[in-house]
Amino acid sequence: MRRTLLLAAALALAATSSAAAANRGLIQEGKTLFGRDCLSCHGANGSGVGPTSRTIGAGPLREQGVLKGLGPSLQGVGALAADFYLRTGYMPLQHVGLQPRRSRVQLSDRQIEALIAYVASLGKGPSIPTPQPQRGNLAQGLHLFTDHCAGCHQIAAEGGYVTGAVPPPLEDDSATQIAEAVRIGPYVMPRFTTKAISNRQLDSIIAYVQYAKHPDDRGGWALGHLGPVPEGLVTWFIAAAALVAVCMVIGKRLKAT
Amino acid sequence: MARPRDIVVAAALLAVGRRRPKLQGDREPIVPRGREQPRTELAVVALLLATGLFAAAFIAFYALDRLPNQTQLMGGALGLAFLCLAAALILVGKQLIVTEEIEEDYPVPEHETEQETIAQIVADSGSRITRKRLLKASFGVAGAALGTALVVPAASLGPVIDMNPFYATTWRRGRRLVDENGRPWRASDIEPDDFYTAFPEGADKENVSSPVVLVRLPVSELHLPAENAGYDADGIVAYSKICTHAGCAISLYRTPLFQPDEPKPALVCPCHYSTFDPADGGTVLFGPAGRKLPMLPITADASGFLRAKGTFDEAVGPSWWGVRMRKARPA
Repeated sequence: MRRTLLLAAALALAATSSAAAANRGLIQEGKTLFGRDCLSCHGANGSGVGPTSRTIGAGPLREQGVLKGLGPSLQGVGALAADFYLRTGYMPLQHVGLQPRRSRVQLSDRQIEALIAYVASLGKGPSIPTPQPQRGNLAQGLHLFTDHCAGCHQIAAEGGYVTGAVPPPLEDDSATQIAEAVRIGPYVMPRFTTKAISNRQLDSIIAYVQYAKHPDDRGGWALGHLGPVPEGLVTWFIAAAALVAVCMVIGKRLKAT
Repeated sequence: MARPRDIVVAAALLAVGRRRPKLQGDREPIVPRGREQPRTELAVVALLLATGLFAAAFIAFYALDRLPNQTQLMGGALGLAFLCLAAALILVGKQLIVTEEIEEDYPVPEHETEQETIAQIVADSGSRITRKRLLKASFGVAGAALGTALVVPAASLGPVIDMNPFYATTWRRGRRLVDENGRPWRASDIEPDDFYTAFPEGADKENVSSPVVLVRLPVSELHLPAENAGYDADGIVAYSKICTHAGCAISLYRTPLFQPDEPKPALVCPCHYSTFDPADGGTVLFGPAGRKLPMLPITADASGFLRAKGTFDEAVGPSWWGVRMRKARPA
């Protein structure tokens, strides 16, 4: 009995050490990639280029006197933030000062994993969340989404406007990406801690967002979920056309008699 | 005082008492007079009175604020009033007015006689009706009631004379800030980069002055104007959630992840994008709002609960012509 236990422990140790070695390799690879793609804005070791750094105003694309910093520190943001920004194509940014938008991911899966491992190694930070929307409650999700999200993203989760930024539509976001965005608060979005939105509540919110991608439209014709006003307007147009047709029929009958 | 009464009396006499002289004395009518139809006339009178009744019901439903399904009842009443009026007009047109088809589409204006003929036909149109004045009075009742029904909702535009309630707020010194379920907010609950809605403890949440939005800013970035000095509770600031432009709820909080490059923190109203600076006492950064967001002075008490230190520095809600005349006050 004891021998088997010992053997198991030894095997486990070997497995973790080989995993750690593989991880080290991945981190090293990530560091190289970081140097190539990220360093110019996020600084050496991901320490960020803020208003106090000396590099401000140097080099192309950096408008001197306009931009006060280039990129935030990545120490302590964890695998969560790296996974979100890289897999959505938010990063690399076309040029400093733009709102990060969903775009084509230019890195391979392996490269992204390496970068995530490297960013995670920069400091103690949150890991990639594993939301379980199937455990969520759709009705509660709608309620929470109305409270926390619909102000900017609209109740149909199709995005909207804020002064100075464009809240994106959520149709392309995976469950993990929604969970990550809620915890990060990308660009000018508020950040929600587990105190404000618990993981369980987050499951419900994600369940609602997934439902909102393909809602069952009881009216039949959703018109891109633009809302009740355009839908009502279309009804008016149809009704107006019908009324004109009726008038023409009546007029014809009167002429005939 | 006597003059308005004279005008009213004169108008009433004009409407009721004036009689047109007969066109031409005893003349053979062009349009056959047809059978008199007193029953139809009665039906028309009944329909017009029903119109008046439904219009009055609309006013009553409008006045009774606590009614369940008030909107549906109001809509139903007004719809029925129009329905009855339409039915009455159809009956008058089909059964009471004698008609004659005119052959020429556009009679030449020189033909005096034909013009006279048309005038006569018009004059003859009411010849079948026996109770003209009763019908006219019924039309008057229906028209007056409907007209009043359409004008009365203007009362919703707001009090005309008494603006006092506009300055009253539900906040006063010592009131705790609670969430929508009545749980008091602690200063430690309010985290940076997130925003919270709070209400005064034990007060009406539906009151326009009740909801406030809470955000926490780094104390170093807070630069409140002199008149708002000390309004924050260690970096937590509270503003009315009602936009000063059109009264929408301020439900957007812009909070940059990386301050140097991104738009600075702001409270944004989703209706017309009025944008307010929470670090500067709620001044307008952008949008159609004409005045700053009212700020509520708050403090954290010994056990960490957030409490109001008084009421807002300005009147709450969408602006109106007297908004700057007086300060907000506790109700």
